[in-house]
Amino acid sequence: MKPVYFDNNATTKVDPRVLEAMLPYFTEQFGNASSLHAFGAEVGAAVKGARRDLQALLGAEHDHEIVFTSGGTEGDNAAILSALEASPRRREVITSAVEHPAVLSLCAWLEKNRGVKVHVIPVDAKGRLDMAAYEAALSERVAIVSIMWANNETGTLFPVAKLAEMAKPYGILFHTDAVQAVGKVPMDLKSTAIDMLSLSGHKLHAPKGIGALYVRRGTRFRPQIKGGQQERGRRAGTENTPGIVALGVAARLAGDYMAEENGRVRGLRDRLEKGLLQRIPSCFATGDVENRLPNTANVAFEFVEGEGILLLLNRAGIAASSGSACTSGSLEPSHVLRAMSIPYTAAHGAIRFSLSRDSSGEEVDRVIEAMPGIIEKLRALSPFWDGSGAASAFNPVYA
Amino acid sequence: MWDYSDKVKDYFFNPKNAGLLADANAVGEVGAIACGDALKLMLKVDPATDVITEARFQTFGCGSAIASSSALTEIVIGKTLDEALALTNQDIADFLGGLPPEKMHCSVMGYEALQAAVAHYRGETWEDDHEEGALVCKCFGVDEGMIERAVRVNKLTAPEQVTFYTKAGGGCLTCFEAIEEVLARVNADMADEGLIEVTAAYRIGSVDPRSLKGKPRVNGAKAAPGAKSAAVAVPLSLTPPKESAPRQSPLASLVPPPSAPAPLTAVQRIKLIDKAIEELRPYLQQDGGDCELVDVDGNLVSVKLSGACIGCQMASVTISGVQQRLMEKLGMPLRVVPVK
Repeated sequence: MKPVYFDNNATTKVDPRVLEAMLPYFTEQFGNASSLHAFGAEVGAAVKGARRDLQALLGAEHDHEIVFTSGGTEGDNAAILSALEASPRRREVITSAVEHPAVLSLCAWLEKNRGVKVHVIPVDAKGRLDMAAYEAALSERVAIVSIMWANNETGTLFPVAKLAEMAKPYGILFHTDAVQAVGKVPMDLKSTAIDMLSLSGHKLHAPKGIGALYVRRGTRFRPQIKGGQQERGRRAGTENTPGIVALGVAARLAGDYMAEENGRVRGLRDRLEKGLLQRIPSCFATGDVENRLPNTANVAFEFVEGEGILLLLNRAGIAASSGSACTSGSLEPSHVLRAMSIPYTAAHGAIRFSLSRDSSGEEVDRVIEAMPGIIEKLRALSPFWDGSGAASAFNPVYA
Repeated sequence: MWDYSDKVKDYFFNPKNAGLLADANAVGEVGAIACGDALKLMLKVDPATDVITEARFQTFGCGSAIASSSALTEIVIGKTLDEALALTNQDIADFLGGLPPEKMHCSVMGYEALQAAVAHYRGETWEDDHEEGALVCKCFGVDEGMIERAVRVNKLTAPEQVTFYTKAGGGCLTCFEAIEEVLARVNADMADEGLIEVTAAYRIGSVDPRSLKGKPRVNGAKAAPGAKSAAVAVPLSLTPPKESAPRQSPLASLVPPPSAPAPLTAVQRIKLIDKAIEELRPYLQQDGGDCELVDVDGNLVSVKLSGACIGCQMASVTISGVQQRLMEKLGMPLRVVPVK
């Protein structure tokens, strides 16, 4: 039986139409886009076309506001480092407690090694941003706000347009890591105050190794990769033309599938989540369920540990992911679930199912079918489960 | 996914001896749900022969924790209690065809549960009378004895290995110096006994704890609605500046270098510590918490947290902030521990 892939927030399968479009750029169309001869000119035109496709998906005002990068992490790094370099007298950064490590690790590094003050804005139990804390952190000492559009673990959406408006009066640049949101949430950047936005190709059916950073026209920007005039001097290095062409086609397809993503895929996700919550005792959906990505469900199963669930799912031919400690190599459960104060009894057993336009109803049924037995098997092994849903008495020697 | 041996996978997918043992007469329980794994080991011992005739387990934890628990029951059935006590966590790992290094703590959990179960059978107390001060890692509840045993049995010589085997230091890492101290002390003894090379023994200060962990603190860290407890944020200003005095061994203060100024008297020191804590209290009170000085014993400073600090998962972060602030103020290494 074909395996069920419900881990699309980790990465997606390259769409066959994307692959087909990019292949000639390895062979016949191998030219360097910067060259003046015919080899270069054709490739240059393809890069321009891809830039326009992304411009359309993001609702950007100009195509040259798109800077191609190697992916989301590079975009996040470039935006934050550039903002600090461009405003040397502003030595503070605002971010959230649930950002991707691409942002959080960089901020920790800046705090330790560059003396930058980092405001980490907390979230509530549903993963919603503490707006009062955000407002209190805004000042003219802040160079940049970097807050994600959608959370990768729970799918929770942040009100980035509003956050950007709030930052504007202080002259703060606003960056959003929109790696999970692009292609799933309709965007019209020209009507917002968002200055920069990072996206990654492999989250929307393009290959790994290509991404883009949107930089609003007129934004103070300092290149972090120096060495050439590519991308108008904002990102040196010969263009990854097969990747850029692929990202362009993927962006066009994402636009075409936007309605399906928010209709059919959302319906599948809701059915999956409802099915699990109905059939399995002592579990709950995490995040802001009213306001999240259409493809993501994060369900916390109490008194079991996530790695065991994933191993058993994998044996049943189902791929998902977990916020548990054991799967990541760290000893603590995911920083996102901890920031939401999800009790440890549940955080260790949180499983993320992330669907895509490739997902089918039959696959959803298979997961709904497989999960109750898996949870039951692990709970039967757990000293905390007594069948009633409450933690049973357990008196360890040290705890 | 982890690189598990076929035997680990087999013991996870088809665990032997899982479930309750109703007439068990030796029970060992270790770990906690907050820590990510816990094991209840139940044995039936024949009082006439001291032989373990039945063994069962219940485990909350990852695949290798379940496999290690099941393997442990298979190993001990048929053994006498003395034979069982001679087993080490390495025997569990070997039985399973090895465990990934980061997962060795799963085998140590089995070893600890076995020791606890035998102690229970014999009516002894198993290490549960430890003083607050003996608890090294507050995040994972690891005491000094457990680290000593793991270091000795597995010939560990690096702080990172101690984390892999016991989880100590896997959270906030404020216990790094305490781990170093235990590791260096046990290693020195082991070198004297010829168990390890003198050159292999760990020396305090040879690993920079900053290389092990780094994440920014959460602003204001207000409790989310429905959360059990409020997290008390330590103001960033409490973090010592990067160029602060080089890290010293906690033992260094016991033997002042010849050029050091006259050491403070005990009373002077307590006064200074008390003053520093008074200065910190307004920060904690802002977040609904509080802190008072209880006792000073050598380098060990006991404080009592109250208000929102009680039962707070972030309390260890608060304690570490207090510890850093005191060390800054007094210019000497100190260890701050909470008391009830």
